[in-house]
Amino acid sequence: MTLTIPELSLVVLIGPSGCGKSTFARKQFQPTEVLSSDFCRSLVSDDENDQSVTKEAFEVLHFVASKRLAAGKLTVVDATNVQPEARKPLVALARQFHVLPVAIVLNLSERVCADRNKARADRAFGPHVVRNQSQDLKRSLRQLEREGFRHVHILNTPEDVDAASIQRQPLWNNRKHEHGPFDIVGDVHGCFDELRELLTQLGYDIFHENGEYRVTPPDGRKAVFVGDLVDRGPAIPAVLQLVMSMVKSGAALCVPGNHDLKLVRKLKGRDVQITHGLAESLAQLEAEPPEFRETVCSFLDGLVSHYMFDDGRLVVAHAGMKEEMQGRGSGKVRDFALYGETTGETDEFGLPVRGNWAAEYRGKAMVVYGHTPVAEPEWLNRTINIDTGCVFGGKLTALRYPERELAYVPARKTYYEPARPFLQEEPALVPDLTAQQRHDELLDIEDVLGKRIVSTRLHRTVTIREENSAAALEVMSRFAANPKWLIYLPPTMSPPETSQKDSYLEYPTEAFSYYRHEGAASVLCEQKHMGSRAVVIVCRDEDAAKKHFGVIGEGIGICYTRTGRRFFSDRVLESAFLARVQRAVSTAGLWDELKSDWLCLDCELMPWSLKAQELLRRQYAPVGAAATAALPQALSLLEAGVSSSPEVIELNGLVGEFKERLELTRLYVDAYRRYCWAVNTLDDLRLAPFHLLASAGHVHVDKDHVWHMETLSRMCQSDPQFLLATPWRNVDLSDTSSEADATAWWESLTESGGEGMVVKPLSFVHKGRRDLAQPAVKCRGREYLRIIYGPEYTRAHHLTRLRQRALAGKRSLAIREFALGVESLERFVRCEPLRRVHECVFGVLALESEPVDPRL
Amino acid sequence: MDLGYLILKNPARVHSFELPFGKAHVFYPELSDSRSAASLLLDIDSVALVRGRSQSAGEGSLDQYVNDRPYVSSSFLSVAISRVFGTAMGGRSKERQALADTVLEWTAVIAVAPCRGGERFIRALFEPLGYVVNAERHPLDESFPEWGDGFYYTIRLSGMQRLQDLLTHIYVLLPVLDAEKHYWVGDDEVEKLLRKGEGWLATHPEREAIAARYLRFDRRLTRDALARLADEDEPDPEAVEQARTSEEHEIEAPMQLWEHRIGAVLSALRAVDAKTVIDLGCGEGKLLKPLLQDRAFERVVGMDVSWRSLGIARRRLYMDQMPDAQRARIELIHGSLMYRDKRLEGFDAATVVEVIEHLDPPRLAAFERVLFECARPRAAIITTPNVEYNVRFATLPAAQLRHKDHRFEWSREEFSAWALGVAERFGYAVRFLPIGPEDSIVGAPTQMGVFTR
Repeated sequence: MTLTIPELSLVVLIGPSGCGKSTFARKQFQPTEVLSSDFCRSLVSDDENDQSVTKEAFEVLHFVASKRLAAGKLTVVDATNVQPEARKPLVALARQFHVLPVAIVLNLSERVCADRNKARADRAFGPHVVRNQSQDLKRSLRQLEREGFRHVHILNTPEDVDAASIQRQPLWNNRKHEHGPFDIVGDVHGCFDELRELLTQLGYDIFHENGEYRVTPPDGRKAVFVGDLVDRGPAIPAVLQLVMSMVKSGAALCVPGNHDLKLVRKLKGRDVQITHGLAESLAQLEAEPPEFRETVCSFLDGLVSHYMFDDGRLVVAHAGMKEEMQGRGSGKVRDFALYGETTGETDEFGLPVRGNWAAEYRGKAMVVYGHTPVAEPEWLNRTINIDTGCVFGGKLTALRYPERELAYVPARKTYYEPARPFLQEEPALVPDLTAQQRHDELLDIEDVLGKRIVSTRLHRTVTIREENSAAALEVMSRFAANPKWLIYLPPTMSPPETSQKDSYLEYPTEAFSYYRHEGAASVLCEQKHMGSRAVVIVCRDEDAAKKHFGVIGEGIGICYTRTGRRFFSDRVLESAFLARVQRAVSTAGLWDELKSDWLCLDCELMPWSLKAQELLRRQYAPVGAAATAALPQALSLLEAGVSSSPEVIELNGLVGEFKERLELTRLYVDAYRRYCWAVNTLDDLRLAPFHLLASAGHVHVDKDHVWHMETLSRMCQSDPQFLLATPWRNVDLSDTSSEADATAWWESLTESGGEGMVVKPLSFVHKGRRDLAQPAVKCRGREYLRIIYGPEYTRAHHLTRLRQRALAGKRSLAIREFALGVESLERFVRCEPLRRVHECVFGVLALESEPVDPRL
Repeated sequence: MDLGYLILKNPARVHSFELPFGKAHVFYPELSDSRSAASLLLDIDSVALVRGRSQSAGEGSLDQYVNDRPYVSSSFLSVAISRVFGTAMGGRSKERQALADTVLEWTAVIAVAPCRGGERFIRALFEPLGYVVNAERHPLDESFPEWGDGFYYTIRLSGMQRLQDLLTHIYVLLPVLDAEKHYWVGDDEVEKLLRKGEGWLATHPEREAIAARYLRFDRRLTRDALARLADEDEPDPEAVEQARTSEEHEIEAPMQLWEHRIGAVLSALRAVDAKTVIDLGCGEGKLLKPLLQDRAFERVVGMDVSWRSLGIARRRLYMDQMPDAQRARIELIHGSLMYRDKRLEGFDAATVVEVIEHLDPPRLAAFERVLFECARPRAAIITTPNVEYNVRFATLPAAQLRHKDHRFEWSREEFSAWALGVAERFGYAVRFLPIGPEDSIVGAPTQMGVFTR
């Protein structure tokens, strides 16, 4: 005997003690699917027969069941469940999570149960227990369906029980195996001409012969109708005929709209109000033969409330679908699919006020729906309403999936006057922004606070710890610029393995061998500029800033620091700065070349002293000043000691030591001074862009670094006074002379005061032997490192200890931040909701607060 | 030649000592019958101090390799004096006790001492003890005069003293000169230092400044998560924040403006009959305390963006020791005025006391929506400085804001224009009240808007 149950259901086993429920459950279900009351008793009391903890045990059972059902897991309740009051909360639980309650009754004779109990030492209760339970069960048998069980299976003999096998049936709405591509069509309402034109435009061949339609979709595509085929419009029977034949032949699927089902009720003879265009349907169907009406009635009646496609990535429902209802079945799910979220109130036009489920939607699936006419379809949190009111004189819209392209056919006329003028949009709080951009004016704290797990394309998931997101929240709130601008934060960068070479801590050899080890054929060496990291976003004009970033009145772009803070507090200076970058982009012709009116650059902005002024005054200069004042005094005292007591030979040693220290501190002062100069005007600034990160529709991590260097160099040439083209060279890692040349180049750069170089694999994203390789490693010069490790770090006894440094933490951080940075850009160019971009940017900031050696 | 006996160090060799933070050497640059000089030279091992941090949790350690400590006379030198010249500082001498007890003509040179208080402070410390003081200031960086003056001095002290007094004075006062963080080898060092001041510290005219400097020693040296996020232009946001807040308090302190503010806010809350109150930007809990004391406020929630401030608030309110009934009335939450937050909904009143001026003007729009559109309390009370009043603060330089983190300070007109606009957009009514002594021309130091709907 086969017991068919929905794949997602709450299965309630019913039967007296001893009827074999647990044995049955063990045989038919996975151990984790079964929640037994006995087991819950033992969880709270260590004794599975302790009846005094029954209440607590069921609380645990209901709690676990609710977690499983929320997660969409089939759940079996193994308890006697013979009394209606035991079953009632379970039916309620199933309803709460929109799953179907199923009853499986083990209706065995009292005798069988009593015998089995006798055989068990732990069931030493009197025969009255099973008797009462059997009586309760008998009384229950007929009322189970009334209690709300949608499937009731009754097994009357031990043989039935043994022979039973469970078959799990997918829900009707489960079309996850269908991957499309789809053409999803909005509310048709009997607009046959527009529908035929739209389908033709989408490439569907439509033949009409012998009163039948034959439709051939373009290669592998399928149409999906969001419902409301009927009412109001001029050619309702033709629309029905076309759609029914398409569904029959597999060229289309259709979900029901509220109008369609109201028509069904009328056709079935129920008493419904003939309003909202139902009269047109009835009049037009009246002219058709009665068999047609019957076919229509059974077609519409058989439609499934909503569909889930493409492994759960696409949901189509007439009026939308909340995440927690997707792919589930209950009266509420059906109501939501048909009517959306209603608040129970009506507006001044007598139409229901709708809840704003789309604004709160956080689901992963794209939801395509109709139901409420809008002037233009707009994306909001991965949902889109494509009812553009064709019957009211708007247009008929289709969404191509997965292309996300819209196709339109304008209405030939206004067939029906709307109760509320739908073309007149509500006055927007901010003019000209899209629905998504308006929604993104404000982010929700739930999307950033606490422990977070962010999935990235490049590096699986990245976990953000709670304390780090707390630190990021403070910095983001107190200092960061408008989050709409913050589409990227740069990752940290690790040095190579520590060099063992005399008097060096970092040397190119280790950088090259790292990438060779990771299987890279060649690397790029780029000169490392010593300034402050800056991300520059520049748009062609303010309109582009509004269109792509949803930012109004904040100029044509922004320059921000590695923590998302506006680089310039002086707005005049900032706009002059951006105008100059913009001019260079224009002169280099990059707008046209990239087919974009905005771009995002990763840069270094010089001089260092511009941002680091405070640090220089509080830390770097004082150390130099103190050393310059103290060491000569020590030295002259030591020298005086030598001349007054030449016999004290240790003094000579100290003299030598302090002479060396004095020289080293002089080098230190030289080192920091190189990166400082006064900034009075824009002409005193130097901007060195080194990554052209993104432009319209594209994140340029698919280009190699040569492309980045060459493209940016062209841009720099158009304003060499202000823009610094980064010197670079390509190194063949299989050629020792190529490596030696680059090493010599590095030596000459660093000996003349350069910070050093950044070594990158040729491709922006390099998959190493096991995982992502470091996107870049920095190889810093010996002199530069004095301002990191202290003036005298090159003295042998310091250097030996400083060589003990742990890179693993820094490297792992660099990769996670890199993955998040690329992810945020990719989400931005895909026009995802801001919270999805912000999540990654916030994540980088949070990771930056992880403890790593700040000198690496 | 007696110097060697007094300090128990034979001039015939260099005396080197291993100290927890490096080495100390004693040698004699000058040695004659009429005049002798001994040098105590420290060689501080900054690498060991930084690298030893993880084991010794902050004490006696540095967090930066680039540090002035190896080049200056600081608390490290005090520690070295006590270890190297302990007997002499105790006033004992095995072979020249009479000389040790004698007042002699001494000159002491402190090669480089950091002193942000300037020459005036150096003199104020040493002159009352009978020294002729000569202080030579060293430039911060000659190449960049715009970075300001240096704060390192070579200090020359001359006077008639017993050797033990000379050493004790330097030993105690060196760390006082230096307002920076102190790096103690152990807690007991502080006590030892203070004990050495017995007899002369109590009558020193600068005794309060001296004592105050010693109280700074408990400052945490560990860099925490927030400090790691500091931008280059603000090396330690918490320290800077603390310093600035205390500046603001010093400016406003004479009129007890905080008391006025709390009084005004409480009275406004009572006027709107608020039973549940959320204090947005509660900081260290100044307003939460009086709210908690009045049981008419049934539910009090403090929100702040600074995790650290919430921790201080928790301690100051003694939340861990609170009776259950009181504990049930209060909650502290970490949150931000830049993000929509369900937890802020459903309150009778929200207070935003001296907070909005810390928001960047372009970000105010987000704050307005978070408060008035999403949290939507029945009443909102917002206070902010009245910039017109700044001219009345004697200690505040012209055109300067009261706090360096203030992104703006508004005139009464600016505040009311903003508040009326907000009220209209979000369906509130607003009335304005002055806080603090009202001046007939420039108004009151603080202004308050009470929004109701």
